[in-house]
Amino acid sequence: MTSFFNALPGAVSQGLIWGIMAIGLYITYQMLELSDLTVDGSFCTGGAVCAMMMVAGHNVWVALIVAFLAGMLAGWVTSVFHTKLGIPAILSGILTQLGLWSVNLAIMGMKANQALNVKNYDLLVSMRFLKDVEKGTRGFWQHPLFTVGLVTIAIVAVLYWFFGTELGASIRATGANANMARAQGINTNLNKVIGLMISNGLVALSGALLAQYQGFADINMGRGAIVIGLAAIIIGDVVFSKLFRNFALKLLAVSIGAVIYYVVIQAVISLLDIDSNYLKLISALIVAIFLAVPNLRGKTFGKRKEKHHA
Amino acid sequence: MLEIRNVKKVFNRGTVNEKIALHDLNLHLAPGDFVTVIGGNGAGKSTMLNSVAGVYPVDEGEIYIDGVEVTHLPEYKRAKFIGRVFQDPMMGTAATMQIEENLALAARRGKLRTLMSGITKAERESYKEALKILELGLEDRLTAKVGLLSGGQRQALTLLMATLQRPKLLLLDEHTAALDPKTASKVLEATQRIVEKDNLTTLMITHNMRDAIAYGNRLIMMYDGHVVVDVSGEEKKNLTVEQLLNLFSKVSGSNEANDKLLLG
Ligand SMILES: Nc1ncnc2c1ncn2[C@@H]1O[C@H](COP(=O)(O)OP(=O)(O)OP(=O)(O)O)[C@@H](O)[C@H]1O
Ligand SMILES: [Mg+2]
Repeated sequence: MTSFFNALPGAVSQGLIWGIMAIGLYITYQMLELSDLTVDGSFCTGGAVCAMMMVAGHNVWVALIVAFLAGMLAGWVTSVFHTKLGIPAILSGILTQLGLWSVNLAIMGMKANQALNVKNYDLLVSMRFLKDVEKGTRGFWQHPLFTVGLVTIAIVAVLYWFFGTELGASIRATGANANMARAQGINTNLNKVIGLMISNGLVALSGALLAQYQGFADINMGRGAIVIGLAAIIIGDVVFSKLFRNFALKLLAVSIGAVIYYVVIQAVISLLDIDSNYLKLISALIVAIFLAVPNLRGKTFGKRKEKHHA
Repeated sequence: MLEIRNVKKVFNRGTVNEKIALHDLNLHLAPGDFVTVIGGNGAGKSTMLNSVAGVYPVDEGEIYIDGVEVTHLPEYKRAKFIGRVFQDPMMGTAATMQIEENLALAARRGKLRTLMSGITKAERESYKEALKILELGLEDRLTAKVGLLSGGQRQALTLLMATLQRPKLLLLDEHTAALDPKTASKVLEATQRIVEKDNLTTLMITHNMRDAIAYGNRLIMMYDGHVVVDVSGEEKKNLTVEQLLNLFSKVSGSNEANDKLLLG
């Protein structure tokens, strides 16, 4: 029990970091109804770029911005496969993800990982800060919960503003009803490009934060990211859909969904004392359960979410 | 206002399912023409409207709107000139967005979408006014999600969206066919009011002979991918349903079975 509570701040911090990735995924998966598998690759791209930038002596904010841009580039590649070359979205994402494996290795100088030790660099977040704040050697504002929480709120605020603009509204319309969008003069292909770029930018930013938090970037760090993202979106929806109607709150629900996911995983591991090798299996099971909940509910009450496919 | 020249459209070319949906299609609409379009199932009516709207490219011929050639323009660019209402009430609106959001999207048809606010206070007021013409009470439900509306309300809203920014061309593809008779006539009346108010050049497909005669100043009949009958003015006003059916039997060289098709 105590081990669970000791691990809690760490689990919540990690959840918040992955929550940023999930918010990115929300843009493609929920708003544009695109299944984008680029994320497993672009998440690592973000981590790798951030680590290499900082090792090269750049400021942490510059590193984060460049990581974001690198993610956007990855999203752009997928969007070109999809909108210009007519490859189905899901396959476009898989292709980019596959290619990114080599690109990510190349970014890290043909190594499978790159250390980013908190002792040597001025990081924004680190696992180490949890203890430091506890001991009082750092201010509370450097606590990962505080820093990442603030970054999340800033991202939600910017997205809330953006999707309320003329361009943002047209992107929402593209996902809601592409047929109607085109009839209203909206360039649906361009909007998919923009959506995929923003989404993967956020995914990479999340990867960059995780690399800092854990003190290294690793070629496998994005493996299964899509599953975690979907879990966060669905958990957020299952738990908060009745409560949160406002768009900003819906995005926050995704972030909280990621936190719940990490806390549940942590609980399973520390309370049941399971070998951490079973982590992926447990993750898959938890996601399957949450994915099933809305469907099972729909069956019992005999209603399904109305969805229009143009 | 609209000029269709020798248009040909083939679906599934080179396969066993090859279908020549349009051929030798010619049509010229003068500004302010309100044309009703009739014809049996598969005559090519929807294909004609979709070709004009740019849903798919045509194989031959040219299309001009107000003197501008649009034959090779993508659908979203042609939308600048065209307002459309579809047969399926789900197709013309975004269900997960509010009434006012849908209208705001339509108000920006053909304009560059910037990072300015997607909807302004002044707009909201103007939409309240605009919705009154539909006589459905939607002016009091601006922030309701469109998914909550009935099929008829959604069609009426789509119609308003299509005409919010005066289009050079209004394309209606059996836009009342999915509605119950009472709602259908309400939407048709709203159509009439709007077309008259803005003097819109309109193409309206219908399977209802009486509506085809009652509305508009001109009537065309399509058969086998082109226009076979074209009447206007007094001649159209004096048409009867029987005369129309006879005309159809003559052009199709056939009998009652086809008459039934024509009536839908
Ligand atoms: N997307 C498509 N792919 C293949 N064939 C098509 C397609 N759209 C239409 N067709 C075919 O083209 C022909 C003309 O169809 P169209 O929909 O224009 O007819 P219509 O006059 O609108 O008929 P209805 O009164 O039934 O709506 C039909 O034979 C139809 O099967
Ligand atoms: Mg049709």
